[in-house]
Amino acid sequence: MVAFGGWEMPVEYSGIVAEHMAVRTHAGLFDVSHMGEIEVRGHEALRLVQYVTSNDAARLSTGQAQYSGLMYPQGTLVDDLLVHKMADGHYLLVVNASNQDRDFAWIREHNRFDCEVRNAGDAYTQLAVQGPRAPAILQKLTETDLSVIRYYWFTHGRVDGVECLIARTGYTGEDGFEIYFAPGESERLWNRLLEAGREDGLIPCGLGARNTLRLEAAMALYGHEIDETHTPLEANLGWICKLEKGDFLGREALARQKQEGVRRRLAGFEMTGRGIARDGYPVYVNGNEAGYVTSGSPAPFLKKNIGLAYLPAEFCQAGRELEIGIRKQRVAARLVETPFYKRQHKS
Amino acid sequence: MSYPPNYRYTREHEWIRLENDTAAVGITDHAQEQLGDIVYLELPKVGDRFSATQPLGMVESVKAVSEIYSPVTCEIVDVNAELVAHPELLNQDPHGAAWLVKVRLADRAELDGLLSAEQYEAYIAEEAVKSDK
Repeated sequence: MVAFGGWEMPVEYSGIVAEHMAVRTHAGLFDVSHMGEIEVRGHEALRLVQYVTSNDAARLSTGQAQYSGLMYPQGTLVDDLLVHKMADGHYLLVVNASNQDRDFAWIREHNRFDCEVRNAGDAYTQLAVQGPRAPAILQKLTETDLSVIRYYWFTHGRVDGVECLIARTGYTGEDGFEIYFAPGESERLWNRLLEAGREDGLIPCGLGARNTLRLEAAMALYGHEIDETHTPLEANLGWICKLEKGDFLGREALARQKQEGVRRRLAGFEMTGRGIARDGYPVYVNGNEAGYVTSGSPAPFLKKNIGLAYLPAEFCQAGRELEIGIRKQRVAARLVETPFYKRQHKS
Repeated sequence: MSYPPNYRYTREHEWIRLENDTAAVGITDHAQEQLGDIVYLELPKVGDRFSATQPLGMVESVKAVSEIYSPVTCEIVDVNAELVAHPELLNQDPHGAAWLVKVRLADRAELDGLLSAEQYEAYIAEEAVKSDK
């Protein structure tokens, strides 16, 4: 046995499997205050957001959010993010913690518009309540009618007296909410939510379960499926590339790639042999090394060992047999449709 | 959980317990706690030989992969097949039913170079302080 490698709290509370199952069947509470927030405000805020991101923010109504990519000119990703339209001329971007400073510098560098970009990470903390019981639990602490908030919409309201942005978003493949508020109240709200949700089976969840949940839902993680060397088209994120919306960073590169054909793609697999694929392991097709695993893990709800891998596009059909190089062995796997897990209950 | 005084321990979090002319080898309670939910084990075959500190298997939890090192120079005489089928037992009884392998030692004197329970507990306490800094 050696060191347990690079993990920081809160990786887990009661155990990744228990936390994962709680979110699928009841509810889990995540402290995601590390996520970064960037505000864009001003007359031409929309133009800046449109220019640096790949999705079409012009389609957003006030109170609506969208998943998008922060783009490099070569069509690859600076980061992935959520764009919230707070009002005309006011957008809140939620980005990955580790990329926040780079994202902020990048957006500001491209700001030739009449608007202001503010690094607002210190102004917000974020908690996520996820799982089929999440709406009922959060509803106990707010007078805001949560049932009218649709998926990827948000509203302003008070949760246990604290002014919050309440968004029906998440990173688990379940229904649920992400709430943003001033940091001073985070510990109290965390405890109040746990109390309010106890009888519904709400438990605290760490980054370990967050990772296995998002992987079952085949949601990308920056640094794994997406990075500065892969385009959203390769990552099966063509739906966030709105080439017809007008000029934006990376648009030409994406249009060219679309025209020439995407040569490598992200594909989902499950192990059919005995072994667990992990990040970085090689993938073999017809006996030849053809790609690598971007994320691999046991899937606690599906009770399978699953993963995502980049492979030449011509190999990416569900049902194709592969091998994963696990230490000195090659272990059988098969490509499957993604997401691996899709929730039954609708929000 | 307490660390049995009749076991010897390594800084890599294995334990070894003498049983007549063979010894059982396992991983410590501290190790299973750090790994979290254990889901997979790779163990050697009966007859395989290892020198001290050589990797003899792998243990995987949901979040991590770790090598298991042989605490001593030895030959494998038994493998816990029940545990391979139910790796989660390692989270429940790491110092007892969840032994990994039984070995024949090449040289009992090697045990003297390993940690006592008291030394091991002091070692993990020290490690915890370091990682807090």
